[in-house]
Amino acid sequence: MAEPILSVRGLKTWFHQDEGIVRAVDGASFDLEPGRTLGIVGESGCGKSVTARSILRIVERPGRVEAGEIWLKRADGRLVDLARLDGQGREMRAIRGGEIGYVFQEPMSSLSAFHTIGNQLVEAIRLHAEVSKRAARSRGAELLRMVGIPRPEQRLDSYSFELSGGLRQRVMIALALAAEPRILIADEPTTALDVTTQAQILDLIRRLQQERDLAVILITHDMGVIAEMTDDVVVMYLGHDVERGPVDAIFHDPKHPYTRSLLRSIPSVLATPRSRLRTVEGSIPHPYARPQGCAFHPRCPDAIAGVCDRAIPAAVPLGARRDAACFLHHEGVSGATAPVPTLLGPSP
Amino acid sequence: MSAVQGSPRAGPTILEVEELRKWFPIRRGLLRRVVGHVRAVDDVSFSIRRGETVSLVGESGCGKTTTSRCILRALTPTSGAIRFRTEAGRQVDVAALPKPDLRPLRRQMQMIFQDPFSSLNPRMTITEIIAEPLYVNGMRSLEERRARVRELLDLVQLPAAYMNRFPHAFSGGQRQRIGIARALALNPALIVADEPVSALDVSVQAQILNLLLDLQDRLGLSYLFVAHDLSVVKHVSDRVAVMYVGKIVELAPTAELFARPLHPYTEALLSAVPVPDPRRRSRRIVLKGEVADPANPPSGCHFHPRCPYAVERCRQEEPALRELAGGHLARCHRAEELTLTGVQEGHPAPPMRVIQGGRSRAS
Repeated sequence: MAEPILSVRGLKTWFHQDEGIVRAVDGASFDLEPGRTLGIVGESGCGKSVTARSILRIVERPGRVEAGEIWLKRADGRLVDLARLDGQGREMRAIRGGEIGYVFQEPMSSLSAFHTIGNQLVEAIRLHAEVSKRAARSRGAELLRMVGIPRPEQRLDSYSFELSGGLRQRVMIALALAAEPRILIADEPTTALDVTTQAQILDLIRRLQQERDLAVILITHDMGVIAEMTDDVVVMYLGHDVERGPVDAIFHDPKHPYTRSLLRSIPSVLATPRSRLRTVEGSIPHPYARPQGCAFHPRCPDAIAGVCDRAIPAAVPLGARRDAACFLHHEGVSGATAPVPTLLGPSP
Repeated sequence: MSAVQGSPRAGPTILEVEELRKWFPIRRGLLRRVVGHVRAVDDVSFSIRRGETVSLVGESGCGKTTTSRCILRALTPTSGAIRFRTEAGRQVDVAALPKPDLRPLRRQMQMIFQDPFSSLNPRMTITEIIAEPLYVNGMRSLEERRARVRELLDLVQLPAAYMNRFPHAFSGGQRQRIGIARALALNPALIVADEPVSALDVSVQAQILNLLLDLQDRLGLSYLFVAHDLSVVKHVSDRVAVMYVGKIVELAPTAELFARPLHPYTEALLSAVPVPDPRRRSRRIVLKGEVADPANPPSGCHFHPRCPYAVERCRQEEPALRELAGGHLARCHRAEELTLTGVQEGHPAPPMRVIQGGRSRAS
């Protein structure tokens, strides 16, 4: 196991609203290793996007990083806790875009409609490197070529609305990689795209990762994308990371009842036609009505009365690089909340 | 409708679409002269039997939604016939019917919408929403309407206690159930469901898909299912029609289409779907380029610029939709000579093939 480039420990990001506190992320821990892809998967409201935004320190008010550590190993080898930096400060701005590139779901709203693709690229390049406008522009064309955009020199003068969804997402990726980051965070990068375009973009991300030895955090609700793209997986439910492990183990030997239910309920092209799906009871609770104890217990087929509804289970190590936060794996089910996720070891 | 149980789920043909076209004019200049047409739907033919689900699949802009809207006459087709068999057993051409005559027909074909958040009026209670079609169609007694709403809520598995609540109190999945109850209010024979689960979370998606299957078995409904997600389509359909740039390129029974595609576009679509199993990676065909512009489609076969198997003939001559095996139609010149790869359960992943559009490098 290589030394992680990014370590998140006990991250809590809450939104303080008049109606109460929404604990969007309420204790998430994971490691990202260089050159590998970490998938964060979960349904709406599980906190996967807020986790990404917390790492980048772009959580919108009234949300804020409440607790936890986000350790980034910078290019010069220094360790910085991003949770402790000023979100708007000089260092964070150098890291955001500079060391951590990011791609979001809606390529239309993430790109400016008032500036040409070229100007946006030049801005991104010059923000993190002292180069002339002309040099930045030719670097921009090079980036567009790298992400597979035909006739890049001409495309520099296009506006985002002149491009198709797939091309726009390619531009987003070019922008994210403009400052040669070592980490790429992609939040639902293909959700708005058609399936053949999705295949193109996923291929592109994979190729760029290999060429540049990028560490990638891929956030998605799509188990298919997770299976095809990632090395390690974190499964989230209502702000908690309920299970962590290598991708093969997550799919072929899931340990948390939520992961199991989720895997059983996904429609698959491999299924028998007109076959009924196994379902998870109920629906995801409203953020203000978060259940007591384990957040999944009201929907869990294996819930233990008097245990799961009382305390939040801690993560239990289950073999190499694996753990699950579930009382079913606690020895002598006591209901006690154990400290620190052991799989990950102490903070660096 | 016990006759609908089991396979083949065959009943009489309830809907027959023949050579349906919907072209939208492109107007330019001061005089708004028509300078061209977007051929959103261009020669689409298929039929649906009683108790059957036919799915239209394809990528955005392929014309699947336009086709479904023409069938409901939310859009007036440019040409073609849409023959619907009414309750009384008469055949009516929906495409040719004058607008006032449509109303009695509309009771028999209903729609389920994609977005459960925008398709329910936030100022109406659940009872009002579900009872509105009843009232509009002449059920004047409040008591009768309330009784029917109770019945419908039971059918979609929502507690009757929710009757007087407003939509905001419900989750996405529950709202979709309300939308389904409203669609069922008038005992329709045909339901057009346009992406009914694509806005829902996976765990909820499964519940709604199962509900749709159950309702079909209980009520003998016919579904026209419009979706982009092939995995969802596989779970609900008897037959699947794949559309590309306004045309059906392949139409076959579900298992057949997924296991033995006869059109290269279907093959590419199938291979592009991420399979939720990390042991089955690396079997994808990445198509070059993008979906053709329906206002200016390529010559010959519309798919030829992206097709890895295209030959000269494909560039020049437009292929016809031909029946190549029992009930299996494809629009490809080379359908007989190509051996295309589908997906099959339990089989190991086929060996890696890297195919790029334009040049064929299949091994």
